[in-house]
Amino acid sequence: MPSVTDTPSGPRTRTARPSQLFRNLNAKLASIPMILTAMGVFVGGTIWTVVYSFTDSKLLPRERWIGFDQYERLWGTNRWLISIENLLIYGSLSLIFSLVIGFLLAALLDQKIRFEDAFRTIFLYPFALSFIVTGLVWQWLLNPDFGVQSVIRALGWESFDFDPLYNPQIVIYGVLIAGLWQGTGLIMCLMLAGLRGIDEDIWKASRIDGIPMWKTYLFIVIPMMRPVFVTTLVLITSGIVKLYDLIVAQTGGGPGIASEVPAKYVYDLMFQAQNLGQGFAASTMMLLTVAIILIPWAYLEFGGKRRG
Amino acid sequence: MQSIIKAAWMVGATLPVAAQAADLEVTHWWTSGGEAAAVAEFAGAFDERTEDTWVDGAIAGGGSTARPIMISRITGGDPMGATQFNHGRQAEELVEAGLMRDVTEVAEAEGWRDVIAAPSLLESCTLDGEIYCVPINIHSWQWLWLSNKAFEDAGVAVPTNWDEFVAAGPALREAGKVPLAVGGQPWQNAGLFNVLLNALGGRDMTMRVYDDKDAEYAAGPEVAEIFAAVADARELSQGTNVQDWNEATNMVITDQAGGQIMGDWAQGEFQMAGEVAGEDYSCLPGLGVNEIISTDGDAFYFPMLDDEAESAAQEELASILFDREVQIAFNLKKGSLPIRKDVDLDAANDCMKKGLAILEAGGTVTSVNQLVSPDTNTQIETLFSEFFADTSMTPEMAQERFADIIADAY
Amino acid sequence: MANPATLSAAVAAADAIPGADPGGPRGARPRRALSRGNVFLYGTLLVAALYYALPLYVMIVTSLKGMPEIRLGNIFAPPVEVTFQPWVKAWGEACTGLNCDGLSRGFWNSVRILVPSVILSIAVASVNGYALANWRFRGSETFFVILIFGAFIPYQVMLYPLVIILRELGIYGTLWGLILVHTIFGMPILTLLFRNYFTSIPEELFKAARVDGAGFWAIYFKIMMPMSLPIFVVATIIQVTGIWNDFLFGVVYTRPENYPMTVQLNNIVNSVQGVKEYNVNMAATLLTGLVPLAIYFVSGKLFVRGIAAGAVKG
Repeated sequence: MPSVTDTPSGPRTRTARPSQLFRNLNAKLASIPMILTAMGVFVGGTIWTVVYSFTDSKLLPRERWIGFDQYERLWGTNRWLISIENLLIYGSLSLIFSLVIGFLLAALLDQKIRFEDAFRTIFLYPFALSFIVTGLVWQWLLNPDFGVQSVIRALGWESFDFDPLYNPQIVIYGVLIAGLWQGTGLIMCLMLAGLRGIDEDIWKASRIDGIPMWKTYLFIVIPMMRPVFVTTLVLITSGIVKLYDLIVAQTGGGPGIASEVPAKYVYDLMFQAQNLGQGFAASTMMLLTVAIILIPWAYLEFGGKRRG
Repeated sequence: MQSIIKAAWMVGATLPVAAQAADLEVTHWWTSGGEAAAVAEFAGAFDERTEDTWVDGAIAGGGSTARPIMISRITGGDPMGATQFNHGRQAEELVEAGLMRDVTEVAEAEGWRDVIAAPSLLESCTLDGEIYCVPINIHSWQWLWLSNKAFEDAGVAVPTNWDEFVAAGPALREAGKVPLAVGGQPWQNAGLFNVLLNALGGRDMTMRVYDDKDAEYAAGPEVAEIFAAVADARELSQGTNVQDWNEATNMVITDQAGGQIMGDWAQGEFQMAGEVAGEDYSCLPGLGVNEIISTDGDAFYFPMLDDEAESAAQEELASILFDREVQIAFNLKKGSLPIRKDVDLDAANDCMKKGLAILEAGGTVTSVNQLVSPDTNTQIETLFSEFFADTSMTPEMAQERFADIIADAY
Repeated sequence: MANPATLSAAVAAADAIPGADPGGPRGARPRRALSRGNVFLYGTLLVAALYYALPLYVMIVTSLKGMPEIRLGNIFAPPVEVTFQPWVKAWGEACTGLNCDGLSRGFWNSVRILVPSVILSIAVASVNGYALANWRFRGSETFFVILIFGAFIPYQVMLYPLVIILRELGIYGTLWGLILVHTIFGMPILTLLFRNYFTSIPEELFKAARVDGAGFWAIYFKIMMPMSLPIFVVATIIQVTGIWNDFLFGVVYTRPENYPMTVQLNNIVNSVQGVKEYNVNMAATLLTGLVPLAIYFVSGKLFVRGIAAGAVKG
């Protein structure tokens, strides 16, 4: 089952082999943009960021080394700690709900239902709207004075309380509602596509064996969909780490600092507080976390069994 | 359809520029009603008096949205013709890095130093004796704006100072009004604290905290009184539920709120709404306690450009921004005070005249922007944003953290 | 040169491979109408649809109301008096600063950014994916992992290094600079998509073409590309959505004469003239979302089929 997770199927490239360097010359030439981007932008940019996180750069980068001072300040800052906490809450819930809702909706749509096109379109359309827009609309729906709360109160339920954007305790869940609204449609689509790729014979066989439908999904279909789950996992988690626009548009980090997230801390410190060093230290911590998760995975996938 | 064609034509038209006259792109974050009307005065004068054209680059969302864009443009080597910054230290490093044009020649030829309203205005534009920006207005933060009608509705007299205002709070609440409108953005919360510090604590306290950065003093009993006052303000502001400053001002204009502590730029909004100072609304500079105003404000900087025609246009713009008539026209619309002392503001309303009188009497205090770095400022903003949103944070807790920030301030 | 006859035969063979047809639901059999299961099924779908459709409904309804009606409060009520004035204003009259020509100002800029960015980013990423899938060389996996790592880097962190890179390349502030930025940031996810898709194309095909002497580009253009139209559609949809909605890059890496529509959208939404004009904000929002929405509606079916072939097989 090939995917991101597959292993090299070696012999493919073995037809001709003049010398190591000129083997696959065209492929190497064609990969130059990718190599430049990977090395020049992503690696280069990351190293640059890490290096300057050890300086006291303010508005412009400068080489005045101050050791780990930026990191000390970072981990002593309440706002950063709250940002991390929010990201953990938002991230884990968003991951679980995206996968569960995405898969459930896809499974429901896959029951040969009527109006599948209409349902699929409705679920997917928020993906076409930017985060600026998503944040604004939900800011509105969740506004206690004229949104959902006021409407339900007007219907007679006077004590109904629902103002997540104005309550520091639950504001991150208000953001989550909007985030899921925007993102789950695409996940649903990927899942649906995955389900469509499952061989009809599997279903027939499980029906003949009398295996209940939920068991078929859980123990046969989902394991077969591993590549789809990996693809969606990369999509969802990268979206979580980069969560910024939605927060700015919906809450501005408020009330107070209750809905701050790491990416916003980085941006504010770099450009508003004009303390590049501190912003770089924060982004270094974020990148380090990603690397800690990604490198072992890559080693397992590619490292163990090098080309045959 | 027509507008699409028009738009396409306009896009095309702005691209090729070759003549002597230059198109000068000016970036700023003035987009609210009063602000846009004021900046139109600059643009109008520039277009009329010179061959050049003002290309407006407004970016909404306030300084924190616009500044990163401006800084990226300047450091990226593709600068605009002129750009707004607040007085103070926001552009310090850009000047040090040699990215800004010095306009000393224009300033000396026109004798700016002789007519400037407060010396600190030019000083904050100066590095090593050269002038790098044009201050264009004086904005002061220390104003309490009051809705006369709201107090009438509540059956109490319009207060004349902060203490009376606090005392009138319960009556306003009873009349179904929010006593003090405070927008939810961090800069508004921190600004409110600074005003209380300026007005209730006076100039000496302000300087000792922000200029000397005396952390021990900031943790002490005198400053504790200010924190108690901020706690009062937090109490009075409960129920505001708006974010932007002009939405909060609008609550005062529409008499839903008793008052707002906001800079004199709020005046532009009252004016746009057709309200008359003294009749519909009142203003208390220095909160009616201490006749003191700060010299905050805006300045225009001119990034270094290669193009000669554009560089010449920059100097022309610098001269126009400082021009007497333009200063009057602009500041009347903006609700701020002119940076020249040789102007006659007959057209000024009650509130502006109060401000002018204080300025003349020398009742100024250096703005916090000029005293501390943007980094420290952001930390203070974060603190008070937390404080206003979280009623479980006591004034003592806030003061302790404030003193820590001052200890690390630069 | 490859023998065209053999190539086309190979393509035909691929078409005939069983299981390659991704269309058609494969789930459990449908049951009788109004069974308990069906009530649960449609009930759940309708509740979900409500959650997804409600914001759109509110946006449309609000955009057709006048401000006095909005102030009355009920955001769910249909407009008493339908007005298209907010749409007219959002498109052509809304002011930011001195410019009062609404969204129309940025529309063509957005198009001029969108088209080359989408084409270039997809061209580059598809060739990457192809090389990674079929022409692995020493280190290619490492680059791939770095690319995936790149998908996680917050854009804000790269803002400054990219300013420097573009400045050194001498294209800072130009349209090409922005297009390059979009290509770079589209690369991780798109390369992942294409790589997965190409590895799913039966290897026999590739081998047959190699035996015929077809080289890197011949196989790409004559076999891979024609066989992968669905994944190109998927990539187009992801890129159109992302680039059309981009605000940050558009405003940081170009000059005002090239600002995309989202900059005007931000200006309209954030520019408060006393009271927020919610109807104009909503109309502006809907107008801005129209282009990706249209692209999605047009290619909705291909979207699913494309992802099916790519993500599952690959």
